Amino acid sequence: MTPEESQRRRKRSIAIATVLFALVTIFYVLTIAKLGPQVLNRPI
Amino acid sequence: MTSVSNSLSAAAEPQVLSPVGGEVSDFFALLKPRVMILVIFTALVGMVVSNVHIQPVVGSISLLMIAVGAGASGCLNMWWDADIDAVMTRTAKRPIPDGRIRPDEALAFGIVLSVGSVLVLGLASNWVAAGLLAFTIVFYAVVYSMWLKRATPQNIVIGGAAGALPPMVGQAAVTGTIGVESLVLFMIIFIWTPPHFWALALIKSADYAKAGIPMMPNVAGPDSTRRQIIGYSMLLFPLGLAPVALGFGGWLYAITALLGGLGMLAFSVHVFRNREGEPERKAAMGMFGFSILHLFLMFAALLAEQSLGLFRAVSL
Repeated sequence: MTPEESQRRRKRSIAIATVLFALVTIFYVLTIAKLGPQVLNRPI
Repeated sequence: MTSVSNSLSAAAEPQVLSPVGGEVSDFFALLKPRVMILVIFTALVGMVVSNVHIQPVVGSISLLMIAVGAGASGCLNMWWDADIDAVMTRTAKRPIPDGRIRPDEALAFGIVLSVGSVLVLGLASNWVAAGLLAFTIVFYAVVYSMWLKRATPQNIVIGGAAGALPPMVGQAAVTGTIGVESLVLFMIIFIWTPPHFWALALIKSADYAKAGIPMMPNVAGPDSTRRQIIGYSMLLFPLGLAPVALGFGGWLYAITALLGGLGMLAFSVHVFRNREGEPERKAAMGMFGFSILHLFLMFAALLAEQSLGLFRAVSL
């Protein structure tokens, strides 16, 4: 693999990691937004 | 026919294809970013004309997923059309025909984004909106790209439905249903598409002929296309005023739609009158550019009226 190809692969890996992190954030924020205050209401 | 087939098969041959795959920016280009911006804009207008409270997080994520879904369908379109894109000057530099991304990479990218955007939209808003988004993607990628585009001069008339659906998806995302407001917005974009696209097709007809795509100017001839452009512009004029009649477009929108509609009619007549050389090219490009401005201003007026409190009802 040439240095240029290696750099391209690294950039793609970073982009995939960013997208995965964004997805986790989306699901977290969405859960809080949809449940609202009920997110704290957990019967023991 | 043979020369077209030869040039198409030659164009489909992969060029400089690295096993590592494309750049991040090339993948982004596969999503047709300019189309995505238009989709976000029209879907947002579909949301705000619904006149319901929009939960900001749910609304934003829904818009993002509608945009990703539209990008995914653009990606699948580029994957399928790589052979004809390669022979047209307007599209030859796209990532697949230019050899920067392998077709199988683009296909996988498009499928993953399509499925992902539909699922996340369903979870974020509701499954009516998700179903509509899935229908939009399939309509654009399969019905338009794989079937209509190479089969009939009515390709962009029927296929235009895919580009007209985002306001309906937007409204469905915030209300769970499809109302008359987004149906009217759908019809406006649907009727706007042929004169917009055929203006470009008139001056790119040699390109389309080279790629073997049966666009209206190539099949019915430029004069028939010009008459149809006038016809659709005449249809668009009263349709553009429908939001006023239905009560969700106020004075600002009414003036915008009225002036823009008259402008479209004037440009369509200008295109009809100028049929040779540089004046023909200028008239067609003028129509193409003005049509984009017209649609943008109509939707911007609706957005401003609903979100900035500028709505003043028109008494009829």
